[in-house]
Amino acid sequence: MSEAEEITVNVEFSGGMERLMKDQASSIQAKLPEPATIRDLIIHVRDNVVEDKKELFSKNDTVCPGILVIINGSDWEVEDSEDTVLSNKDTVLFISTLHGG
Amino acid sequence: MERSERINLLRSRLASLRAEELKIEAELCELEEAQTTTETESTTTCSNAMPHNESKLSSTEIRRYSRQLLIPEIGTKGQLCLRNSSALIVGTGGLGSPCAMYLAAMGIGTLGLVDHDIVDYSNLHRQIIHSEAAASGTPKVVSAHMGVSRLNPLCNVRLYNVLLDSTNAKDIMRNYDIVVDATDNAATRYLINDACVMLGIPLVSGSAVRLDGQLTVYNYNGGPCYRCMFPTPPPVDTMANCSETGVLGVVPGIIGCLQAMEVVKVLTHRKKNETPSMLLFSYRSQPHFQHIKLRPRKPTCAVCGDSPSVTELADYVAFCGSGPNDNAPDWRVLDDPAQRVSCREYSQVVGDLRKPHLLLDVREELQFDICSLPNSVNIPMDQFDQRRDELERILRDLNGAPIYTVCRRGNLSQLAVKYIREKLSYDQCYDIARGLIGWQQDVDPNFPAY
Ligand SMILES: [Zn+2]
Repeated sequence: MSEAEEITVNVEFSGGMERLMKDQASSIQAKLPEPATIRDLIIHVRDNVVEDKKELFSKNDTVCPGILVIINGSDWEVEDSEDTVLSNKDTVLFISTLHGG
Repeated sequence: MERSERINLLRSRLASLRAEELKIEAELCELEEAQTTTETESTTTCSNAMPHNESKLSSTEIRRYSRQLLIPEIGTKGQLCLRNSSALIVGTGGLGSPCAMYLAAMGIGTLGLVDHDIVDYSNLHRQIIHSEAAASGTPKVVSAHMGVSRLNPLCNVRLYNVLLDSTNAKDIMRNYDIVVDATDNAATRYLINDACVMLGIPLVSGSAVRLDGQLTVYNYNGGPCYRCMFPTPPPVDTMANCSETGVLGVVPGIIGCLQAMEVVKVLTHRKKNETPSMLLFSYRSQPHFQHIKLRPRKPTCAVCGDSPSVTELADYVAFCGSGPNDNAPDWRVLDDPAQRVSCREYSQVVGDLRKPHLLLDVREELQFDICSLPNSVNIPMDQFDQRRDELERILRDLNGAPIYTVCRRGNLSQLAVKYIREKLSYDQCYDIARGLIGWQQDVDPNFPAY
């Protein structure tokens, strides 16, 4: 596969989500073969970035309830949720909702 | 009189005055509540509001709010809106404290406060409406009433010293113009949301844990409700709360202040042109704030949708799998009671019996640094696998002497016993039931439980 067929996506984790990731990373760069959807990214993160409690991040190839997916600053339901097609240099934020106060 | 003597005298006088003030406040709250109840019974309308001219500010009000009247976004018109409005804050903790204080100071007419809890010493670093004098069991609403009335006696305060649930939520919330969710658990968040949707009240929702905070206005101006965003409750394991995971004091303070600002914006009709959004705050990120654009109201939403399936308040604790009081569940990992010892039993092991043994503290290092029992060795449970060689060496050196495991409340310590017995085949292993919290309650009241 040549370089041209890959896209790079900036992935960020916040709201405690980063604590599930390897080295508690709050951001990573993901390289995905084109065309890639958010679902592909979720699977990539689950398999390669989440440290061990994978069931707290993803279930049935989507994110667990309570996790918001933000694509370039917008709630993913403003777009097409899991089926949203990603472009090179997109920023995707996974954020867990907080309940404390 | 010696200066230091005088200082001590003044300090102790202040302390007793502060305790006295709380007592007076508690009695006042009780009498005011009784009076409001009689008034509500004798007149058909709720007449708790102070008598005032609906369309004019008094000269006292003009003096007090003058700096706010000078801002075009508020002005006399906006100030009157605030004065003639009511807001209900559910929760007078880290979020509710600054929110209540600012709303009262800025001139909200009626402020309702709901909380069933009492003030605890571990609340004070963030719940700044409460004073140290209140931290020995004063109801939070009474303590909050004192905080608010000190700031602004013009504010009419209504107290609800109850746990908000599906039997009382609508009755309490019904008469308010806006509701602030300043609670600390998912079940109450769904409850408040659903009641707000059913009553048509906008909801200013905030949350904060550790170093992060979130803020959204729900059920307002065509935007989503909480359920539109989160149709399914999260897995119970992911619901972090402040007593388990900690929180930096100022973080809920920042979010609570912003909640007060959103209340002002909604009540003064200055938020109509904004699209639905969520504000994220993090101590770590640069910049600290991030704004995200939210979906509009979902036609398929179970409560605010076009054909809702939720039309009455239900059992939210069952829906979420945990409730307002389930912050720290007690696990039962070890079925055999012979594998556990009580705190008192362990105190005899170290006391009279002087039995040779090893005390293994399995909490994470950060917690071990806060406090620990004498002569305990710290190997965090989540490092057992990677430090297995070290553990095996320790067990060999013990020559069959017993090993006791301890943690904060006796949950992790059970897992540790299971690990040591099953994976390391060492049978002389017991956990100390109820952990350090039990130790403080049953053995040493001076031990600093947290
Ligand atoms: Zn909804």
